[in-house]
Amino acid sequence: MKLTETLTDLANPTRFLALTARILPWLAGATAILLAIGLYQSAMAPDDYQQGATVKIMFIHVPNAWLSMFVWGVMSVAALGTLVWRHPLADVAAKAAAPIGAAFTFLALVTGSLWGRPMWGTYWEWDARLTSVLILFLMYLGLIALWRAVEDPSRAARAAAVLTLVGAINIPIIKFSVDWWNTLHQPASVLRMGGSTLDKAFLWPLLVMAIAFSLLFITLHLAAMRNEILRRRVRSLQMMQASRVSFISEPGAGSREAGASKEIGAA
Amino acid sequence: MSALSALIRRDIRIALRVGGGALIGVLFFLTVTVLMPFAVGPDLALLSRLGPAILWLGALLASLLTLDRLFTADHEDGSLDLIVMSRTPLELACAAKALAHWIAAGLPLIIATPVLGLLLNLDGTATLAVAATLLAGTPALTFTGMIGAALAVTLHRGGLLLAVLVLPLSIPVLIFGVAASQAVISGPLPFGTPFSILCALSLASLVIGPFAAAASLRHGLD
Repeated sequence: MKLTETLTDLANPTRFLALTARILPWLAGATAILLAIGLYQSAMAPDDYQQGATVKIMFIHVPNAWLSMFVWGVMSVAALGTLVWRHPLADVAAKAAAPIGAAFTFLALVTGSLWGRPMWGTYWEWDARLTSVLILFLMYLGLIALWRAVEDPSRAARAAAVLTLVGAINIPIIKFSVDWWNTLHQPASVLRMGGSTLDKAFLWPLLVMAIAFSLLFITLHLAAMRNEILRRRVRSLQMMQASRVSFISEPGAGSREAGASKEIGAA
Repeated sequence: MSALSALIRRDIRIALRVGGGALIGVLFFLTVTVLMPFAVGPDLALLSRLGPAILWLGALLASLLTLDRLFTADHEDGSLDLIVMSRTPLELACAAKALAHWIAAGLPLIIATPVLGLLLNLDGTATLAVAATLLAGTPALTFTGMIGAALAVTLHRGGLLLAVLVLPLSIPVLIFGVAASQAVISGPLPFGTPFSILCALSLASLVIGPFAAAASLRHGLD
């Protein structure tokens, strides 16, 4: 009950802006401290006996890969908020999350390929796991393109919400079929990650980095949501201004335009 | 002259802003290229042999997809009629529109080529060769495709009709584009011969395209 009340409270964008303005500096500070600790621990972590120093790419790569999927989950919850509860901030949350998720996915791909170069001798390999991340990246780009294709944000929101939910259902199916495709064609994969469990010396920095990156996402997401709310306010102010100007300068413009649109509709 | 540069600047700005859809062409190119290995299998040696052909087909389809918007949007909001009636020769206006379309939709494809070459296991010289042939060949695709776009907009049928009209016209460009890239990678032919034919095709379409498109617009729109 408490949670729903809080969520309803936040439906007022002004209250949301006031609350996030207070929280954001603390979040940013916590992110910076945890990132510093995580990076220090990663730098101090011992070299792997097989991979040498390149294993340290893992501390950046794995949090990015984990967030690339987590952000889609956040967007799916926001999409449900848009379609089911019509929460006014849900589509703001979904829109703000998409570019951040795409950036995390892109970083996961880039760090993965930089890690792959010394390990497998090639920047890219059509391995099942890499391929599914690449498809996830393409889906993020498609979603951003959909957001950009429609000018009215609330209409774009519903279309994007449907696509996000379809994606949430489809991503496991895609992952499964890509696994099947790859094992069908290429039984012995180059990329055996070594079935060994992670040593504690690697596990702690990795956990700290994962929490730091999650905090980084929350900070960036809240900041992007604030920007989006402000951007929408500027847009509606501009449109009010424009309609006022056109009414003052041309008194008959409104009615004439309405007539023209009727004509287009008839034709 | 200032009218033409204003037209070019307007078209590029419309294509790049929200709702413009020029960058969707690049996204389509990326997606088609990623789909190919699922059809032929993840064998890197095979992919690097097919790489230039895959990239060329992807670029061809992507530029075809965006061509649909070349005249349709202007036809819908009426600015195409103004362009036809203006004192600037329609041929030059068509050429300016095609140039703007190539800058907004064709050039990003060439910029994206090195990344896609990486996915298809092409080495540095092969990627460079494909990018060079695309740079020389995509103007031909845009300018011959413009003829199809002009015909389709006058007939009020976009989409598939445009594809059926334009794809046969682009076969020579495809042949010499892929031949030049293959010549760098393996082929017995020197790179220069098919590449200069490709450049010639582009230059010829630069002349023929605007005239044919202007003629079909003049006869079609009344």
